[in-house]
Amino acid sequence: MLKNIPISAAIGLAFTATYFLAAIFAPVIAPYGMADIVGDVWEPSSAEHWLGTDQIGRDLLTRMIFGGQTTIFIATAATILSFVTGSVLGFLAAVLGGWIDQALSRFVDLMMAIPSLILALVILSSIEATVLTLIVLMGLLDSTRVYRLARAVAVDISVMDYVEAARLRGEKIAWIIFREILPNALSPLVAEMGLRFIFMVLFISTLSFLGIGVQPPLADWGGIVKENKEGINFGIGAALYPAIAIATLAISVNLIADWVLNRTTSLKGGRG
Amino acid sequence: MTEPLVKVRGLKIGATVYPPGEKPHDIEIVHGVDFDLQPGKVLGLIGESGAGKSTIGLAAMAYGRGGVKITGGEVWVNGRDILQAGVGDVRKLRGGEVTYVSQSAAASFNPAKQIMEQVIEAAVFQGKFSKKEAEERGVELFRKLGLPDPENIGKRYPHQVSGGQLQRCMTALALCPEPDLVVFDEPTTALDVTTQIDVLAAIKEAIRDTGVAALYITHDLAVVAQVSDDIMVLRMGNTVEYGSVDQIINNPQEEYTQALVSVRTIDHPEKKPTGDPVLQCEHITARYKGTNFDVLHDVNVELYPGQTLAVVGESGSGKSTLARVITGLLPPREGKILFDGRELTPDQPSRPVEDLRELQMIYQMADVAMNPRQTVGTIIGRPLEFYFGLKGAEKQRRIQELLDEIELGSGFQDRYPAELSGGQKQRVCIARALAAKPKLIICDEVTSALDPLVADGILKLLLDLQAREGVAYLFITHDLATVKAISDSIAVMYQGRVQRYGTKTEVLSPPFDDYTDLLLSSVPEMKLGWLEEVIATRKMESAGN
Repeated sequence: MLKNIPISAAIGLAFTATYFLAAIFAPVIAPYGMADIVGDVWEPSSAEHWLGTDQIGRDLLTRMIFGGQTTIFIATAATILSFVTGSVLGFLAAVLGGWIDQALSRFVDLMMAIPSLILALVILSSIEATVLTLIVLMGLLDSTRVYRLARAVAVDISVMDYVEAARLRGEKIAWIIFREILPNALSPLVAEMGLRFIFMVLFISTLSFLGIGVQPPLADWGGIVKENKEGINFGIGAALYPAIAIATLAISVNLIADWVLNRTTSLKGGRG
Repeated sequence: MTEPLVKVRGLKIGATVYPPGEKPHDIEIVHGVDFDLQPGKVLGLIGESGAGKSTIGLAAMAYGRGGVKITGGEVWVNGRDILQAGVGDVRKLRGGEVTYVSQSAAASFNPAKQIMEQVIEAAVFQGKFSKKEAEERGVELFRKLGLPDPENIGKRYPHQVSGGQLQRCMTALALCPEPDLVVFDEPTTALDVTTQIDVLAAIKEAIRDTGVAALYITHDLAVVAQVSDDIMVLRMGNTVEYGSVDQIINNPQEEYTQALVSVRTIDHPEKKPTGDPVLQCEHITARYKGTNFDVLHDVNVELYPGQTLAVVGESGSGKSTLARVITGLLPPREGKILFDGRELTPDQPSRPVEDLRELQMIYQMADVAMNPRQTVGTIIGRPLEFYFGLKGAEKQRRIQELLDEIELGSGFQDRYPAELSGGQKQRVCIARALAAKPKLIICDEVTSALDPLVADGILKLLLDLQAREGVAYLFITHDLATVKAISDSIAVMYQGRVQRYGTKTEVLSPPFDDYTDLLLSSVPEMKLGWLEEVIATRKMESAGN
């Protein structure tokens, strides 16, 4: 499977793997403790502090590694939640049709009419922002988008003769959704997944930047930008590192998503 | 002899294929074809799908569709080799000297523009006529092609005319710039037989009156025999036989051509009904949700075990709707369906599994009737698992048996539908239906998407299986040749009613009602001059007029 991997996908895989590995093994590879104050304020990069230190003298590389862990974990978990909820409900709506479809679709329209950032701000002002609540909130808010895509794809598939053949055979709804529709809906969903993951990274970073996402002393990339944004006035580039990290992660995940999309559509028996 | 209008020498056409798990590589799909076409003559290109006939037709416009490239040879049109011509020259050629009529007029017209605008587009673009002249010419062509209200039909949009009329509009479009050559790519294949005959007559007359030369591409030898002067039989990119119509039809030399000429000669003696009917439709009246007219009116038919009831009619006659009513996808408004003597619940979801098992269905398009992500083994194995709870070795053995029955080997188990040919796909669908050990199989146009020789094979297989398993078929089709080949009784449907019903001999013996006569006479026959004969003698005109 890894034989004919195109160069763009290889680059994407390398970067993404680096970020994910760094996130998983953060406590092992980080040179200092996450919240330890080990130097002066905004020291430039040196042999001890490769990326320098932050606004209260913590090692920035350490903060970046731990920040990546939080950001990637929350984004991944929220993406999975959003896909499971969104696609299962979307497929159900497409297969069952009728009032279930109407009720779900109108509810989703209603949710999408409210900008999700504002909705998140309102909800987070009334509940405590923990990692769990952030994941659930982001996952559910985003599942509306996945629902729309999954339903649109599944409506097309569910009128195919092979789905009718399965219905005529007397198959239960679970078989129709998971065995007839899902395998054929996978490529657009996977492509969307890459994109949604990136939106999740941006979403959690935005929330943290606004101060209502991940709470200190926990580090995350959006939070690091917020903490160090004053430094830009003094020519200190500390806030740029997380920005670069977010950008490179976004690009590399999309490179992989493109490749997966190409592969699954050209599979033998790919979608016609 | 005058210089030919089109001279093709050693034409080779290739394409790049992307097989899964392998490096993309080039293959050759046409291996050196030669032909000449004199001005004003018609050459029929005939062959089954994949023979390269459309590809050759498009090469006459120096065009390769998709990833197709012309890799060698010469194509001379009007005394110059168009494969060597520059971009500007080719632009003058396409839509000017050579024009194209495609199979599906409905998909080729822009639905947002009036017909006339599209008919004159090429002629005006090429600077051959002013807009006003082109429109006058358009009206004249509409008249020549027998379209109703020729002055005003151009102001309509494509969805406002029937399929047969639209196909004639497309012919007008192709003839409008006064081309020297028109490429007709299966222009009547998508039409009903009763409509096809009118379009065919109109095209033939237009070709004769305008003196244009034509390449007529089709898979139906009987059709091409009516319009062509010469015929070229193609198979897998090679010329099989090339000669005059008379020689090809009456004195074919090659074995393959002989098979094409004699296709559809399956003879099937009618069986006497025995026992109690397996299916009885009593006073079925049905309409679709949200409409206010009935698609079926008081339909009564019966089918006996081990027999075939053919339901014939053109599109819109309600024959597929009848299948939907029987399977329970569309509960009838009135009437009931008796299956094996017991009444079936009108809607499918509430039917017991045993009823579902005994009534299976085979679809027209085998491509979309199988999940592209499931292997043949899964597709056939699922009914075994679902209805009989078979697992493991037992299931494998039964799958093997079924594959043998449909004359496919064991190697097919792990293949995906995309790796099968059209005929093989339909065979797998038959095996899937058979796996349920049904008493009745509804066959919805199962051979109409297949090449004639392949369709013949499928029909023979169905007859064999019927003899062996005693299964009854409700055979829905628009093709009377198929009906003659396999049915025991026939129901002719027209506008939602059963027009004529009885045993095969009864239905196919005179005296006929007008509609049955039209339907029977519209089936193209493999003889010269058939078209003129029918037009002169038939009793009623098709609905398209």
